[in-house]
Amino acid sequence: MPQGLLGIEDLTREEVEAILARARDFQPLQNQTNKRLDLLRGRMIVNLFFEASTRTRTSFEIAAKRLGADAVSITASGSSVQKGESLVDTLNTLAAMRPDAIVMRHAASGAPHFLARHLPAPIINAGDGTHEHPTQALLDALTILDHHSTLEGLRVAIIGDIVHSRVARSNIYLLSKFGVDIVLCGPAPLLPPQMAQLAAGVTLTHDMREAIRDADVIMMLRVQLERQDDSPFPAGEYYPFYGLRHEHLDLAKSDVLVMHPGPINRGREISSEVADSQRSVILNQVENGIAVRMAVLERIMKQ
Amino acid sequence: MSRLLLKNGRVVDPASGWDGAADVLLEDGRVAGVGPGLDSAGAEVFDAGGLIVAPGFIDMHVHLREPGFEHSETIETGSRAAAAGGFTAICAMPNTHPVNDSATVTSYIVERARRHAVVHVYPIGAITSKSAGEELAAIGSMKQAGIVAVSDDGRPVMNARVMRRAMEMARSFDLPVIDHCEDLHLSAGGDMHEGLHSAKLGLRGIPACSEDVMVARDILLAEVTGARFHVAHISSRHSIGMVRHAKSLGLPVTAEVTPHHFTLSEQDMIPYDSNYKMKPPLRSPCDAAAAIEGVVSGAIDAIATDHAPHPGSEKMQEFESCPFGILGLETAIALALETFVHAKRISLLEMVGLFTTAPARILKLNAGALSPGAPADITIFDLDTAWTYDVNRSFSKSRNTPFHGREFRGGPAATIVGGRSVWRRDQES
Repeated sequence: MPQGLLGIEDLTREEVEAILARARDFQPLQNQTNKRLDLLRGRMIVNLFFEASTRTRTSFEIAAKRLGADAVSITASGSSVQKGESLVDTLNTLAAMRPDAIVMRHAASGAPHFLARHLPAPIINAGDGTHEHPTQALLDALTILDHHSTLEGLRVAIIGDIVHSRVARSNIYLLSKFGVDIVLCGPAPLLPPQMAQLAAGVTLTHDMREAIRDADVIMMLRVQLERQDDSPFPAGEYYPFYGLRHEHLDLAKSDVLVMHPGPINRGREISSEVADSQRSVILNQVENGIAVRMAVLERIMKQ
Repeated sequence: MSRLLLKNGRVVDPASGWDGAADVLLEDGRVAGVGPGLDSAGAEVFDAGGLIVAPGFIDMHVHLREPGFEHSETIETGSRAAAAGGFTAICAMPNTHPVNDSATVTSYIVERARRHAVVHVYPIGAITSKSAGEELAAIGSMKQAGIVAVSDDGRPVMNARVMRRAMEMARSFDLPVIDHCEDLHLSAGGDMHEGLHSAKLGLRGIPACSEDVMVARDILLAEVTGARFHVAHISSRHSIGMVRHAKSLGLPVTAEVTPHHFTLSEQDMIPYDSNYKMKPPLRSPCDAAAAIEGVVSGAIDAIATDHAPHPGSEKMQEFESCPFGILGLETAIALALETFVHAKRISLLEMVGLFTTAPARILKLNAGALSPGAPADITIFDLDTAWTYDVNRSFSKSRNTPFHGREFRGGPAATIVGGRSVWRRDQES
């Protein structure tokens, strides 16, 4: 089976460090006039998005182009998916066109893992259901490392809809490998007790103030209403108890970083004031996404 | 007059408590005698030396998919898989299309089975019309047409009042009510056991309590109505505890467990492999241990497979889109031997009872014993032959099993129905 990138859980700390180090090489390109390298010239990448995405798909496309590879993007609407073709058939059809890698987002957890067992091309998981989103965790780590010399010993609060979040899972796996003190916070229907056993160094709280106290990093998550069968809590209860507002920041370290994987819902999980504040690095995350994805694409296609 | 002598075997007959060397003489579809030195003039001889000769095994929980889903299984192919698995009788769950909720459908199944099945097929009727959980099905007429129990397996009755009425009717017709205990609100959207593994894999959970609350409800309703209540495929330790408690109170409550629930847990799942997706789901190692203990202590009465064929096209999808269920008929005896007999947890006599006297008692069938005059249905198996399960050679139309490639010690050797051999291992190509 060709080596792709399905999740952070299976990576070693050294592999994560290697990707981040390479991403740091690519960061300065952002400020150059000629942003293009030819490291992957002649290679072809298919971006296959079965679920809506703006930033991740664009970021992968740009990353591929900066490396000199050809990138084709396919979204589920307008493709054979709507004609009732099965996922396996769709992927086999694409694989027959001999891409060098397939970047895939899918609403079903494990869809890329299932396909990786049946396909010859390496698969890069760009988010599978509520399971993992490995490049997001890598770009989050890179963003933290823009401000801290090491992840070790930091206290990171992840707040919001944890149970439905692939971003949370990938971040938990990554940060845990570096000895980060991880606090997960949300109302109990969105934060089942098993999440504490996901990795070492994870604690849970339902009290937002408790989570934020002395935090070096606050990661806010969107409430994923589209993944919920019913309302697990009264809508009016969310923002007052789990929305990040300016007064919370005083509880955290003075240089706390506020992060969000996007898209943000102002006034739902984060106030506009905080989202636009000096402490917010939300747009730096987006920028770092390109460098991280270049590092991932290069690593997988240079094999 | 057709006569068949099974010679030199070790006869294991839980009905009489016999476990020892003996010959068995079958005559005109009946057991004519068990013992040494039987008058067998003119009988065909089957040398059962080194083999176990037992009453025909009964699988009280099978999905034959006919009528309606013949691309997954038919009465014929399912019955052939049963024969190859050592079963001489199988009970057909009613979730076909149409649902077996009327005497017409029951008669159709009985007639198709008479023509095409190589083992006995006992239909189970629906509890409610179309298994929709609202109006009761024609339970009395279905009984006259041949059902041996009622169940809305897979689509459990959620309304407790409807279930109470169903139990009252089932009692009137002396039928057991078999319930697939699952609170559909608690399990909604779930794909696997709710716990650490579902949290890790980002899959929605089916909590054990979704089974437990329904077992509790049904035990209470069985007490009120006096109906015989049988828990299908029990999988949670609390449910097993409640069945034990109900038995201690003298209530007519019984339970079956599947081989996959006592041999596998959520930890054995290959991530996102639909061969591990079934309802109830593979639960925690504690629950699997409780299932084993429940069999050993007698809280669980019977082993049934919940054989649930699905074609590859349906199982080769995203995990959450795949249907629930796995094959079971051809691996059940070997898995039971492995867990209970080879591990010395129970005697061979007790293990055979889980497949014979127990289902016969629960369903009130004239089967599962080797007494003279009983039907000549015989399961012959051995304890030691090493073999590997190859699902590609299965008699089932489907291939969904987590046990492909598993190595076993001991398994079915020959299956005799009505005095005639319907499957023999040594005649497999």
